[in-house]
Amino acid sequence: MPSLKEVKTKIGGVKKTSQITRAMNMVAAAKLRGAQARMEDFRPYAEQFNAAMRNLSAGTGGANFPLMEVRDVRTVELMVITSDRGLCGSFNTHILRAAEKAVNRLEGEGKKVSLVCVGKKARNHFRRSGKIRQSYPDIMGTFQMFNARTIAQDAAANFLSGDADEVRVIYGRFHSVAVQRPEEFDLLPVKPVESSAGEAGGGSQAVYIYEPSQEEIMEVLLPMYLNVMVYHAMLEVSASEHAARMTAMDNATRACNDMIENLTLVYNKTRQAGITGELMDIVGGAEALK
Amino acid sequence: MATQIQLEVVTPKGAVISEQVDMVTAPGYAGVFGILANHAPLLSTIKVGSLVYKKDGRDDVMMISGGFCEVSNNKVTFLVESAERGTDIDIDRALRAKERAEKRLAEATAQQEKIDRARAEAALQRALARLKAAGQQA
Repeated sequence: MPSLKEVKTKIGGVKKTSQITRAMNMVAAAKLRGAQARMEDFRPYAEQFNAAMRNLSAGTGGANFPLMEVRDVRTVELMVITSDRGLCGSFNTHILRAAEKAVNRLEGEGKKVSLVCVGKKARNHFRRSGKIRQSYPDIMGTFQMFNARTIAQDAAANFLSGDADEVRVIYGRFHSVAVQRPEEFDLLPVKPVESSAGEAGGGSQAVYIYEPSQEEIMEVLLPMYLNVMVYHAMLEVSASEHAARMTAMDNATRACNDMIENLTLVYNKTRQAGITGELMDIVGGAEALK
Repeated sequence: MATQIQLEVVTPKGAVISEQVDMVTAPGYAGVFGILANHAPLLSTIKVGSLVYKKDGRDDVMMISGGFCEVSNNKVTFLVESAERGTDIDIDRALRAKERAEKRLAEATAQQEKIDRARAEAALQRALARLKAAGQQA
């Protein structure tokens, strides 16, 4: 049986931990709201952008753009997007495991893999693998299109120079507050956007005036499209991170409370045992005096 | 026939404006162009500069950075990286940004800091556009 004092100290410690986890839970909840709002704000932009892309690529189907060039895939670049901070349950672990799997699969196919790590956790995980080509730690906290642009343009440059024949992104998709899953998508080469059947039938294919030419607009739009994709993935990851942390901290707080309950029970039992022991002594002593 | 056109300015941080206006003037790829109601469908790239829209005989100015614009069905949509109303522009801040960018441009050596240079140039352009938009608004 542990001593009374030990149990008391332990209870105090757990209580303090639960205070911290509760605070972190609330902070994460507040941040999640912000991240979700940003995702909402971004949606109209992304939708309009995709609509315009569809519109354009319908007219430029035949033309060749360097960013859309499909090559024999010998080298693949994986962009792994995680959060910067931990303490968010298995969120990052899931992404990193998915990334590991993808690396193994691609290398199994005889392809060379290089990594771009966005977020500190990805970098720390792959640090010793020697595959990292570029990493961007401490970037997830600032929501600036600028960051996404830097990353996207770097990937594009790497693709254009022929160092990577394909660029894939692995990130944590935000499905709901309770569910976040790692997902993968192809960033480069950019696939022509097919106009969905329903829309093509809509007959809204008005003749557009293009300024400059369709091809030149496409040249401008394609890099922007990459920015949009990367930015979107980063927003998803940040919302997922906060949601995951919220859940993790909620669980931690609950675990703390359970622990405190159990410890209190132990504490009371120990104290009662002590009192009973003392009483026995007194009674025993009194009996002996008779 | 409609006499007004719907103006929408959308940035990654959300829609900035959605209004019926009489006329829009924007910095296009080949120079500033104007759009009136019932304009033919158009798709154009946009440079950093001032977007002017006329409504009820009043001109309002907005600073926009690069992107593109689409006109269709009597609606003109600007998809730009950032947009700021002329009245919201912090002139002091823009002035400081301008000085900072100019200083950096002067210091940057040609080769070694190509990226910094491009960044500073973009910043300078934005600052100048802000100042201009603020000036036009006044």
